[in-house]
Amino acid sequence: MTEAFPVDSVGLVKPFVERFDEPLVLSGGDSLPSFELMVETYGELNADASNAVLICHALSGSHHAAGKYHVEDRKPGWWDLIIGPGKPIDTDRFYVVSLNNLGGCDGSTGPSAINPATGRPWGPDFPQVQVSDWVRSQKRLAERLGIDRWAAVVGGSLGGMQALQWAVDYPEAVAHCIVLASAPGLTAQNIAFNEIARHAIVSDPEWSQGHYQMAGKIPARGLALARMVGHLTYMSADGMSDRFGRELREGSFERDGNAEVVFQVESYLRYQGSQFSTRFDANTYVLMTRALDYFDIAQRFDGDLTATMAATQAQFLVLSFSSDWRFSPARSREIVDAALAAGRPVTYAEIETDEGHDAFLLDVPGYVPLLKAYMSRVGSNDHEAQGH
Amino acid sequence: MRLDLTHIKQWIPRNSKVLDLGCGDGEFLRRLRDEQGVRGTGIEIDVTQLTAAVGRGLDVLQQDLDAGLPNFPDSSFDVVVMAHALQALHHPHRALENVVRIGREAIVTFPNFGHWRCRLHLGLIGQMPVSRVMPYSWYDTPNIHFCTVKDFKTLCDQLDIEILAQDVVGVDQRDTWLARLWPNLFAVTAIFRIRRRQG
Repeated sequence: MTEAFPVDSVGLVKPFVERFDEPLVLSGGDSLPSFELMVETYGELNADASNAVLICHALSGSHHAAGKYHVEDRKPGWWDLIIGPGKPIDTDRFYVVSLNNLGGCDGSTGPSAINPATGRPWGPDFPQVQVSDWVRSQKRLAERLGIDRWAAVVGGSLGGMQALQWAVDYPEAVAHCIVLASAPGLTAQNIAFNEIARHAIVSDPEWSQGHYQMAGKIPARGLALARMVGHLTYMSADGMSDRFGRELREGSFERDGNAEVVFQVESYLRYQGSQFSTRFDANTYVLMTRALDYFDIAQRFDGDLTATMAATQAQFLVLSFSSDWRFSPARSREIVDAALAAGRPVTYAEIETDEGHDAFLLDVPGYVPLLKAYMSRVGSNDHEAQGH
Repeated sequence: MRLDLTHIKQWIPRNSKVLDLGCGDGEFLRRLRDEQGVRGTGIEIDVTQLTAAVGRGLDVLQQDLDAGLPNFPDSSFDVVVMAHALQALHHPHRALENVVRIGREAIVTFPNFGHWRCRLHLGLIGQMPVSRVMPYSWYDTPNIHFCTVKDFKTLCDQLDIEILAQDVVGVDQRDTWLARLWPNLFAVTAIFRIRRRQG
């Protein structure tokens, strides 16, 4: 580590690719003949491989969760707040594994990769992957890295859904399941927002039926609009009022003339949208939002969430955020109540904040200390017997 | 640890499953776990306190006792403990019904408003008592439902709750024998071991 990094940073990191040549049969019936996953790890795996923590990313996340690639990088990984020496997911204690999900656009096999059957980019023909498929691909990665059982599987939002799916699909392979700002499945309102986002993308003339890559185009306007809608729903009304109010960026109401009046909030959303459209793949966005829509943790148990939780062996930490209306505290409590009804050990809190859904990525009061307090039991066998 | 918690410990079987309503920083549950092999779960509304309890390796749920506990199945715990929370609830009677529903047994403690000091204060000075144990003024206090040992027994009877045992704590150990003799007058803290009336 160089001195350019704070002591609680993992410092310089380097991603690597793991290739898997055995076909992966997907929930939808399609099959991927082979695939690659882009991975980052932080910390050291201990001798009995009992200190591994899996980080599952959300809709727009990637494998780059902590540290920087170059000292001069403007921003560290997306969860640098949580991962590092002395941080809640303490890299002095844990071996942290973070990957780009299958279907992603940050180096793992996805729509922008070449389809071996055609020699052209998959584009919209990339098979729809679901949360359970991600978990199965992550299981292969775990085996590759020599990990039989995760000390914890951790995720927020769509990442929390993966953590839940892990606990259900591989009960013996998850000691602690940490589910932040998530839900057992999306609400109709959530699916509706995703559909608006997808509609924005496919309505862009550059979309070219999803074959924009072959056509040398990018549906940037559609992607930006999708992101603006999404981003808006990740914030709360109060949080936006505090942050932007009615502040103007350009122009003025007092002045006559034709100067456009731009509110700060407009400028912010436009910036978020345009930034996103340059770094994210439209087909991946469509695929990820569909994976969200299709997710239903209780599906295998005929919608019985209690029976679903009864099939798990993990200890659960569930956290929600008071102003999160996209994944509201009530949805988290559904998970908690099912765990209680199933007699599974569970810890739950609703963090008071104006930051909305994005709060799980931010240093909101009460959140980081609580996550850290919980992580102190993870990987220590002292109280492992509790609840078993 | 508060004197009443020391008393409660003797009524909690080894290796039992215990729910502590209003567990605070979890010190009581931690001791039950470490000293008696108890599997403990806590309920706490305050996130700072809850975080301290979670740091002790305990499972804690943030939940408002006044909103009821419908998410806890019947008889899902061996013992439910509710120490010094009754008097701060909007619906103490509903909470009592819940503790004997969720626990095969329950242990409830509360400050006895029938203590002679309270009576003296109210009777002679004519004002609501303020003391070391109850340091709040009447208009700004978490304690909105004071009762006496006698009141509690009457309520248990009305709710079909059986009193298995009762104990009392005085100001100190020395004072406690007097409290045992005449609880409604000398008990500072009352401790009841209860369950739903059988049959």
